[in-house]
Amino acid sequence: MNYIDLHAHMVSRTTDDYHAMALTGCVAVTEPAFWAGYDRVSASAFADYFKHLTEFEPQRAAKYGIQHYTWLCLNPKEGEDRELAREVLAIIPQFLDQPTVLGIGEIGLNRVTRNELATFIDHVELALEHNQLIHIHTPHLEDKYKGTKAIVETLASNSRIDPSRVMVDHVEEHTIRMVLEHGFWAGLTLYPMTKVSPGRAIDMLEIYGTERLCVASACDWGPSQPLAIPNCMFEMRRRGHSNQWIHEVVYNNPCRFLSQCPKFKFASLEQPALVR
Amino acid sequence: MQIEGSCPRSQRELIELEFIEHRTKILDIAAFLDRFDRSVEHNANDDFRIKAFREALKALNSDEFGRVECIQMLLSDVSSELRAERDGQSAYGAAKESEQ
Repeated sequence: MNYIDLHAHMVSRTTDDYHAMALTGCVAVTEPAFWAGYDRVSASAFADYFKHLTEFEPQRAAKYGIQHYTWLCLNPKEGEDRELAREVLAIIPQFLDQPTVLGIGEIGLNRVTRNELATFIDHVELALEHNQLIHIHTPHLEDKYKGTKAIVETLASNSRIDPSRVMVDHVEEHTIRMVLEHGFWAGLTLYPMTKVSPGRAIDMLEIYGTERLCVASACDWGPSQPLAIPNCMFEMRRRGHSNQWIHEVVYNNPCRFLSQCPKFKFASLEQPALVR
Repeated sequence: MQIEGSCPRSQRELIELEFIEHRTKILDIAAFLDRFDRSVEHNANDDFRIKAFREALKALNSDEFGRVECIQMLLSDVSSELRAERDGQSAYGAAKESEQ
């Protein structure tokens, strides 16, 4: 069965991972801008990174029949430095017309500071100015509830935001309701230890239904699994869910959200794709 | 919005499928606590994370639906004030008492 991984930091993965993902039915990935493992100190470092995301990764993925799309921003872990943020925000528009750029992301909060929130708001304004989709990171662990609440309240107070064009990622049991009730899309990221397991993600899909919910691997240089989605699909089958239900989550929903950007080439299907 | 949906497996089927996996997890937690007690130096019995962990274990033993959400909140910073500045990149997994 075909699937789309809506959140994968392929820049930090090997080409072997593209191969394995292609073998398991991955047809497209979307890669939000990422923290490199250290705080970058100049806008030129981001310019190089955005060039990598928009030129090299699409070519590397295409060799395995996978469409690679991307989101651009200064990652929330680097949002504290307001001067750097202003410099990076100034160069983002020159990349927005690239054919694989879907929008602004993953913006959001990390330790929920005043500066992080100011940088988040600047990114949202940039997205509105350029009519871009938005992909949002919510903090991990003890900061998740507080950060998600701050993000949701900030967006809800802005009448120019169309929530159906916003994906709030990394939701968990204590934040999913507030995200869905405000009309946003919600992402369940399958990541060992600090995010959700396949079992818990499936629980939330059963409890809240599949509307406006997607799953993703969030794979990066940390202990993560590029094949997290097919593993979750296996768990869905093992729990007794139908191919149509699984297809809705792993293919149709990403298509529904992402096809709001005309650059995205896939469309949702009513029938399950061919089972591989 | 639907508040509580069904799992398609019966309780009997869930036990057959998942009991051993979760038996392993509960033994791992017990072993972690025993290891903590056997530690060469007892210097963190009042650490905010271990205190939150013990509170979470009480919630785990509840008979009420919603244990995961309850434990998530026990492990969360529920204050609403923004931090004045960043104190580091990584989170701890439980909120310090000053943040609760």
